Amino acid sequence: MFSLAFLLGGCEREQRQFKLPAPESASPAPERTRHEENAHSVAQGKLWFRWFNCVGCHSLGGGGMGPALMDENWRYGREPQSIYETIMNGRPNGMPSFRGRITEDQAWQLVAYVRSMSGLIAQDVAPGRHDGLSAVPPENLRDKR
Amino acid sequence: MRVQNMFSVAGPQAERIAELWWITFAICLVVFAAVLVATGLALWKGRKGTGSGHGAHLAVASAVGVSTVLLLFLIVASVATDRALAQIDASDALKIEVVGNRWWWDIRYQDPDPSRRFTTANEIAIPVGRAVELTLRANDVIHSFWVPALHGKKDLIPGRTATLTLRADKPGTYRGQCAEFCGVQHAKMALFVYALPAQEYEAWAEQQRRPAPPPADGPQQLGHDLFVKGTCAMCHAIQGTPANGRRAPDLTHFASRKTIGAGTVPNDPQQLAVWISDPHAVKPGVNMPAHAFLKREELAALVAYLGSLK
Repeated sequence: MFSLAFLLGGCEREQRQFKLPAPESASPAPERTRHEENAHSVAQGKLWFRWFNCVGCHSLGGGGMGPALMDENWRYGREPQSIYETIMNGRPNGMPSFRGRITEDQAWQLVAYVRSMSGLIAQDVAPGRHDGLSAVPPENLRDKR
Repeated sequence: MRVQNMFSVAGPQAERIAELWWITFAICLVVFAAVLVATGLALWKGRKGTGSGHGAHLAVASAVGVSTVLLLFLIVASVATDRALAQIDASDALKIEVVGNRWWWDIRYQDPDPSRRFTTANEIAIPVGRAVELTLRANDVIHSFWVPALHGKKDLIPGRTATLTLRADKPGTYRGQCAEFCGVQHAKMALFVYALPAQEYEAWAEQQRRPAPPPADGPQQLGHDLFVKGTCAMCHAIQGTPANGRRAPDLTHFASRKTIGAGTVPNDPQQLAVWISDPHAVKPGVNMPAHAFLKREELAALVAYLGSLK
């Protein structure tokens, strides 16, 4: 009985909307909910994080040349809009601007993934596994910081 | 677009596999017919109530004997075929690395001289009559390389390297397909093998080794600039330009390829425009993002530039 309830709960977790409907207003709120509530979007964000070499500076979240992303410290705020602007406009001392290099959808997917690294999005949406070896637990097992 | 058919063989290995298939089929057909006849006889005898225990023992014993002999024969035939498949002279083999990705094939021609290596996608040209050694790897999930006219299946497993040596003896185009379910677009992960006479192959390879031609006119120049400075270059490479992404198919000689999206649609300007602006309408789930935000003339310029990459 319980397992059936769990199964039903997982039904829409990873519903894949390959063609996302246009947001109804210009505010970023719909973007945030669209991507942060969909496991596929967050998983795509995790893919872009490697593909576009975020790992080059931020490593797999622990930081290196760039600041760590899996802790509770945020230089420019942890709100989705701030992270989006960090990615698109860049920040002083090294963070490059990705505007024009990635699409807005890809940027919002990255935002959702970056927030999942410190447990800021729902556990049932955050990625549950790594593609390679990793020294840290997967994003869905991290405590909110 | 040719269909796949493992019975229209084009190489020595596919020929042996087809032979084994026919042997197995013939034996199974005879056994199936014999079982049907025996069942019919038993039913007919049983109806009259004349069956005796002694006859049944004999029938079971002979059936077990015949089955054992036939199964042993099939094992021997299978092992013999396996051995024959491995015995191919690969001393002067052409070496190609094939990397499976969701959902396309990265094709990297190897050469001891690095300047002679080149990369293409989803289409493999090979010389007729010369062995080809394929090194198979996977980037994300398990795929399987299967060109039925040339050889059997071989899995591509992430973190492992497999090799498959094959030879085409007849010139022609042979379709292949990913044969291990790898996600939502597994069915649209095709590849094409072009078996060409040796000289034609050399000419093709020489052409592929060249960097992309420079843009010839205004729209092509605009397309080139958009490609290099925009989102395209984040994943795609065009040799001879600063675009050097390694996550998506190499587009250096894109216009010489016959399909878009690993055999999904024919490579023509209309399909290309649709693919760039909304790839998920054609192949839902691909990692290529939609570019609906491009202006009309920008899209036309990109299509013109990519169309010039012969």
